[in-house]
Amino acid sequence: MRIIVALMYALLGTFLSGHAQEKGSVLIKHGTVLTITNGEMENTDVLIERGIITEIGQGLVAPDGVETVDATGKYVMPGIIDAHSHIAGVHINEWTHPVTAEVTMEESVNPNDINIYWALAGGVTTINLMHGSANVIGGRNETLKLRYGAGLEELPFEGAPQTIKFALGENPTRVHGQGFGVQPRTRMGVEQVIREHFDAALDYKRRREAYLKAKKEYDNRPKGIPPLPVARNLRLEVLADIIDGKILVHCHSYRADEILMLMRVFEDYGIEGYTFQHANEAFKVAPELRKNGAHTSVFSDWWAYKFEVYYSTAYNASILNANGITNSINSDSGELIRHLNHEAAKTVHYGGTSVEEALKMITINPAIQLGIDNRVGSVEEGKHGDVAIWSGHPLSVYSMCEKTFIDGKKYFDRERDDDDMRLKIDPEADYEEPARRWYEREKYEDSCLQGAIVRFGEEGMSIQQGSY
Amino acid sequence: MHTYLSIILLSCLSLVITVEPAKAQITEKAEFGKFAITNATIHTVNSGVIEGGVVLIDGEKISYVGKNAKITADYTHIDASGKHVYPGLMDSGTLLGLLEISAVPVTNDQAELGEYNPHVLAFTAINPGSVAIPVTRVNGVTHVISLPVSGRISGKATLIDLYGYTPDSMAVRAKAALHINWPSAYKQGGWDDRKPEKIKEEYQKNIKELNEYWKKAGFYNKMMNEYEENSSGKTKPDQNRQLDAMREVIAGDIPVIISVERANDILDVIKWTREHKGAKFILAGVEEGWRVAEEIAEAGLPCLVSTLYTPVRDYDNYQRPYQNPGLLHKAGVKVAIATGETENVRNLPYHAGYAAAYGLGKEEALKAVTINPAEIFGVDDRLGSIETGKQANLIISDGDPFEPLTTIEQVFIRGYKIPMVSRHTQLYEEYLHRGAVKN
Repeated sequence: MRIIVALMYALLGTFLSGHAQEKGSVLIKHGTVLTITNGEMENTDVLIERGIITEIGQGLVAPDGVETVDATGKYVMPGIIDAHSHIAGVHINEWTHPVTAEVTMEESVNPNDINIYWALAGGVTTINLMHGSANVIGGRNETLKLRYGAGLEELPFEGAPQTIKFALGENPTRVHGQGFGVQPRTRMGVEQVIREHFDAALDYKRRREAYLKAKKEYDNRPKGIPPLPVARNLRLEVLADIIDGKILVHCHSYRADEILMLMRVFEDYGIEGYTFQHANEAFKVAPELRKNGAHTSVFSDWWAYKFEVYYSTAYNASILNANGITNSINSDSGELIRHLNHEAAKTVHYGGTSVEEALKMITINPAIQLGIDNRVGSVEEGKHGDVAIWSGHPLSVYSMCEKTFIDGKKYFDRERDDDDMRLKIDPEADYEEPARRWYEREKYEDSCLQGAIVRFGEEGMSIQQGSY
Repeated sequence: MHTYLSIILLSCLSLVITVEPAKAQITEKAEFGKFAITNATIHTVNSGVIEGGVVLIDGEKISYVGKNAKITADYTHIDASGKHVYPGLMDSGTLLGLLEISAVPVTNDQAELGEYNPHVLAFTAINPGSVAIPVTRVNGVTHVISLPVSGRISGKATLIDLYGYTPDSMAVRAKAALHINWPSAYKQGGWDDRKPEKIKEEYQKNIKELNEYWKKAGFYNKMMNEYEENSSGKTKPDQNRQLDAMREVIAGDIPVIISVERANDILDVIKWTREHKGAKFILAGVEEGWRVAEEIAEAGLPCLVSTLYTPVRDYDNYQRPYQNPGLLHKAGVKVAIATGETENVRNLPYHAGYAAAYGLGKEEALKAVTINPAEIFGVDDRLGSIETGKQANLIISDGDPFEPLTTIEQVFIRGYKIPMVSRHTQLYEEYLHRGAVKN
């Protein structure tokens, strides 16, 4: 009977989502479970059935056919969630206009990117694949589960709310003001670009709804002159959805003044539940962030790579946390994403955030920011079976992620970790990656400006455009 | 009338400021003198771990390490019960002091124009006031190699400590090594659309140029030596600053850091160093060192490596960067950690921690940031371990410095007790409880 019910659910799931996401079952025994929302539980078993955590306790018995993993002496924690990533992204920046809300990262995904596997090896299960920061209002992001080996359509986090990228400060003013000679060139201009587009979105919504209503009436009773059509405008529609609270804003920002500016603008338009990304100077306006209920997602210690992050402090996360702000630690990097546990540990080092709070910054807090905290971000019955097993406490530099599960299915296992973990290899392709100097690794890059930054390279703008 | 009043008020105000210099001072000064650190677990590096030990500091130097010190009343006592004492950590490859904000070109002094610049000195451009210096040292990093990075021969790296008002006072070796960027037989980036044959051709051409330069420098050195030995009856040869700067390199007085990353390039470098006897060579970067570790060991070349970067090739195992130092060590190579960082040189202990976890082991990893670089750069008589007579470069911590949960409580550099403040801690103090929303 149980099997039949399970099969029915599985089939139902297939019909609803339109495609099958592989779900697994596993019993992880005798681990120290870092539940995140309910403390640390020693010598505890976690049962995942068909992708969902069904039981947490002691002396659990594996149902028939369910594999048991012994985690004695090991730690079990929820899969790490990275609220700011560009791994697996194909095109990052639609940098041709200061506002490009109409575009989405939905299909700009390379499911075969090896970085997905490397992130899994660091215990990461969910990422926010973000549009870049070239535009004041960029494209919509895509929340992905790192189901390495699954197809493009199976990576999106089912049911996750839509989020969109905004960007303030140096990046949009460089690309549009400096690069194209159009507003915004300054932080003053950035504010007006947002306000003008929100105003246009409200006008559009009002006119479009009036037209649709009139059209419906006319269609029912075609009498007199038909209403003048108001064409659909996806860009303005998305902006109107932001104002209506249907899309969560994740805003690239650094300086305190621009953070305050956006909060004032959002208050005027009634927008809530937003997150400041990077936010190196958020610590300066913690009371204001708190008052507005804004969230932050920051680097553990990146600073000084550009002027707007010069007056930063690695104590940012600790100050924000002490002021009651929901903060996450993100990577924005294919390198940092491999050890976000270590990045979170730095919040303890800088400013004495507690170990419990530090762990929240890479689990439940980013889940809150992405609107998926009712499904992931902690080890709780009823939540997704996204967990990782660590050889020791994950905040120790000596601990290693040993196994990573998503929906109860194992996607990484240190014991079965072959050298070449690429998925699809084109025999024609030249796989010799370009060389890089050891002292120039990621420093001079701002991964948020991928695609857009090349226009300011030595070759100049026209040549680069020609090569696109 | 109002103006007069304002002037009087202003005068009074300035008077108040001048009579209270303590309040006007924005940073604490380092203390210097005699310190006795007691009851500590001392990780000497060269002679094991001493439990409940004492370290005495007299001026710049360590005057005693052991268990039974006679501590006179003139020592400032630091009780380190439950604490650990380690030598200050050294990063063997950084841009610290040369570069303030990478995206602001006017603050970039790490890359001079031109391909062959053996005469330019990192020492000259070290900014002792760099905001990143205090940020770095409070994390336990007391010494760095800072190197110029452009062209084929970039210039000379400097070995400095991270306390002082002038490069002169900070320099352990003003000229610590020459830096060469080995030409690469690979694409230089996504934008590099050269055909493979073209890349190979340019690679060979670059090596040929380097060989010719070396030969020319050798000839110049010989000519100068001969003139200096006996100048009678000879015309003084024309001075050449670049070639002059090569003399101490060719003579082996100053080692050469060769930056090289890929396996095949490393093999070419090994061959090249064998053809250029007399000079001392060190490899840096060496990301694929693990692929040719035996060959590097056989050539006796020390390696400056790190761990926190992504694998060189998509088909490499994800652990290779973490394992590289351990695999090199296992093959018999002397390794030191070089982060290649600027503002985040403070992450040196974590680069070492990953190396320790993935095969190097804690003891060797500690050596890779203390005694090994001291030996590689010929300053192990002064740095790299806690020994009587050596410079007092120490850190006091509440645990293993490679663990991010550990706190570095005190740093000593050259005997100076360093204030544990930086811009990052100052911003923390100011903003932790900033107060009301409208202020």
